[in-house]
Amino acid sequence: MLLEVKDLRVEFPTRRGVLTALNGVSFSIAPGEVLGVVGESGAGKSMTGAAIIGLLEPPGRIAGGEIRLEGERIDNLPYEKMRRIRGKRIGAIFQDPLTTLNPLYTVGRQLVETMQAHLPLSDAEARQRAIGWLEQVGIPAAAQRIDAYPHQFSGGMRQRVVIALALCAEPQLIVADEPTTALDVSIQAQIIALLKRLAREQRTAIMLVTHDMGVIAETADRVAVMYAGRIIEIGPVRQVVRHAQHPYTAGLMASIPPLDRRVERLAQIDGAMPRLNAIPPGCPFSPRCPEVFERCRVARPELMPAGATDAACWLHDQPGAPA
Amino acid sequence: MVAFVISRLLQALPVLLAVALISFALFTFVGDPVAAMLSQDASAADRTALVHLLGLDQPWYVQFGKFVGNAVQGEFGLSYRLSRPVSTLIAERAPATLELAFCAAAMTLCIGVPLGIFTGIYKDSWVSRLLLTISLVGVSLPIFVLGMLLILVFAVNLGWLPSFGRGETVQIGWWSTGLLTASGLKALILPAITLAVFQLTLITRLVRAEMLEVLRTDYIKFARARGLTNRSINFGHALKNTLVPVITIAGLQLGGIIAFAIVTETVFQWPGMGFLFIQSVGAADIPVMAAYLLLIALVFVVINLAVDLLYYLVDPRLRAKR
Amino acid sequence: MNQPIGRVARFLDSDLWWSFRTSPVAVASALVALVCILGAVLAPWLAPHNVLDLASVDLMDAFKPPFAEPGWPLGSDDQGRDVLSAIMFGGRTSLLVGICAVLFSTVVGVALGLVAGYLGGTADALLMRLADVQLTFPAFLVALLVDGIARAALPQEVHERIALGVVVFAIGISTWPQIARTVRGSTLVERNKEYVLAARVIGLGNMRIMATHVLPNVLGPVLVIATLNLGLAIITEATLSFLGVGVPPTQPSLGTLIRIGNDFLMSGEWWIAIFPGIALVAMVLSVNLLGDWLRDALNPRLR
Repeated sequence: MLLEVKDLRVEFPTRRGVLTALNGVSFSIAPGEVLGVVGESGAGKSMTGAAIIGLLEPPGRIAGGEIRLEGERIDNLPYEKMRRIRGKRIGAIFQDPLTTLNPLYTVGRQLVETMQAHLPLSDAEARQRAIGWLEQVGIPAAAQRIDAYPHQFSGGMRQRVVIALALCAEPQLIVADEPTTALDVSIQAQIIALLKRLAREQRTAIMLVTHDMGVIAETADRVAVMYAGRIIEIGPVRQVVRHAQHPYTAGLMASIPPLDRRVERLAQIDGAMPRLNAIPPGCPFSPRCPEVFERCRVARPELMPAGATDAACWLHDQPGAPA
Repeated sequence: MVAFVISRLLQALPVLLAVALISFALFTFVGDPVAAMLSQDASAADRTALVHLLGLDQPWYVQFGKFVGNAVQGEFGLSYRLSRPVSTLIAERAPATLELAFCAAAMTLCIGVPLGIFTGIYKDSWVSRLLLTISLVGVSLPIFVLGMLLILVFAVNLGWLPSFGRGETVQIGWWSTGLLTASGLKALILPAITLAVFQLTLITRLVRAEMLEVLRTDYIKFARARGLTNRSINFGHALKNTLVPVITIAGLQLGGIIAFAIVTETVFQWPGMGFLFIQSVGAADIPVMAAYLLLIALVFVVINLAVDLLYYLVDPRLRAKR
Repeated sequence: MNQPIGRVARFLDSDLWWSFRTSPVAVASALVALVCILGAVLAPWLAPHNVLDLASVDLMDAFKPPFAEPGWPLGSDDQGRDVLSAIMFGGRTSLLVGICAVLFSTVVGVALGLVAGYLGGTADALLMRLADVQLTFPAFLVALLVDGIARAALPQEVHERIALGVVVFAIGISTWPQIARTVRGSTLVERNKEYVLAARVIGLGNMRIMATHVLPNVLGPVLVIATLNLGLAIITEATLSFLGVGVPPTQPSLGTLIRIGNDFLMSGEWWIAIFPGIALVAMVLSVNLLGDWLRDALNPRLR
């Protein structure tokens, strides 16, 4: 496995007690694999990504569990050691390309400094490679555009530059946090296609955080569904989309409008995700679950085999339940 | 670039004209220059003659035009209080104020900006907390109280430094400088510190706030995610982006130094323009007040222009638009 | 009866009160500020001597050193006035001018900010241009110029009668732009929100919408700015009075006392100037610390 996350727990101390933002999150990513992570806002998707690259916003902190990159623990590394991993072995793409590039540096300078921070390159070599990267991500006239400032690019072009920046030190894993949310719909598909192509060419694994099931269905190999700081279902993308085993996932899939037929009314899940300070004991989804029963309210289900996926749901731990 | 400077100058013109109008209104509607210039037993005919001579019987816009024309040539008439040409008075006093302001500004920028950057980057260290607490005392300490305390300790009790005046000065052309004599330098120390402390502490706090603001941005987070060194993030990316607002702040501080020079000069009886101005306000000496007002406005316009030009050099987004 | 109790309970449970209780600096500065305010407000009853009553002042009592006689705890000045009493009466003037100036600038700033943000267009452009221009000049200079012009423009007997008002006006007018800008910014944000549109649809008047919906949103920042402005206003008044162009000598403020004491600094009677100076710094520092705490408490993002 390239990345293994085990029992990850992230806490935010506040004056009214400690909030647990992530609780017992476990998953792994194989080399070259694309793992989609979906869920409502506040479910903990982005926070999982931030914990992996070691950039949780204070006062948030990893309070338990471990994160391993190729078997080596990276969740407790000192700042300098973690810095050498960021960019070089784990790259990152953020949501809004308008704010992720430094407005006062040319894109070329930002590419060159990133590569030189991790690779032994001379200025001329780094510049040459920077031009190569800009071409790779599809920026026309790269040799001239390399000396342009971010504000001289459109939003879609800027996200291409961000992708080049994330890939230029050739990391094994990229954490892409909502990489298309801030872009025009017409550009989203291009960016996703680009990301997918480059990842395949470079054999780079991707953790793709998004709330857009369409993007996941098209891009990911496997998908993890998060709810209230936990992973409640994880499995191959086809299985999760077609045969969801957790009632929440099933509800989520039913709320996506199908393209091939007309529906009078989209399904919706009643209620709202609980706030972090009011997560019910037992299954966090139990107050909204259409199939809730007594056990759900008292005991918390862990991920367990359910059909072709793993789901954290007591429905799959009953005598005579579909295995 | 040239077009940029010209457009900024054009924008500054209305401000200067407005200040000129206020000065002119002071001249025309406040006090009675004719009465001030005539002797007690002058006749009505003398009066009419003088009014005509001074052009006071012409419409106000003609008078205003003349006032502006004279002001451009540095001509503001005679001081009511001292009966000497205002331009001469100001020229005599300007070097003292400028030397004091320059020293205070240098201290403010050279100490305040690095302290602000330091406390911004290491915001949780105890040194930063200590500096911040001290700086709050600094902004709560009125300039004249600080001046008095310094005088009490270093002039009265210890007797190390003089408590008033400029010391010996050397004349270089029309410029009298106190920077070339030992007593002149000694006399400069306390006033310069007094003037600098308030601005210094203020600029430290403002630069720190800007630095914190920049360190929270997405591009700094992204720079961290790219694995750049702290050094290049703090002193490259963050510092350069902090520079833009800091230039504005520094410009404002320079203005503050000019303004508070009035107070410092009064405490230390420093023979500069500010001291002259305060004496003129007390005596309702309008020509001096008007001239000082316009001069200050001009200084501020120049400072703002310099700030805009620096912006232009630092920020590529501005350059691209033109 | 129930409601006020509920409100108090809610306040005691609020984040603001918690943040206040757990900040020793905030509690200490609130205590100092309280002592300053009480000393100033209750000066006519608490002060050992009535320094404003000329008949009770005796030249024979001049230049008493501090801590020497029980009736004159902080000594006396050149006229035989008790320094402690003078500080209490002086603080009264300082505080009065400071508070009035801040109230004035806050009212003007909030009103103009609302108008600029809500009306937009020419009114907005004009007001904000004016604010920009004024902001390039330091507040102290604006106050000094306004005061100086009023001094020169008004006939002397008129000026003497309204001198206190002139100082309040001069200081107040020097700090309106910052508040106006803040309020304008929030107004622009709120103006296009759906509830404002909804309020308009059900026929509420523009000003009523602004007052009931926008004001609560800007209360926090305005309170912070106003608190910090109070410190600034007290300093500005003291500085003007020290320069001899502030409050009239018949109503001395702390700045006036320091101006008087400054003449005796060289001859060794340091207490005449230094004690009022300490009182002034204590007052301003406590207000500034409170303002600083308030800013952090109301805007935790800045921490």
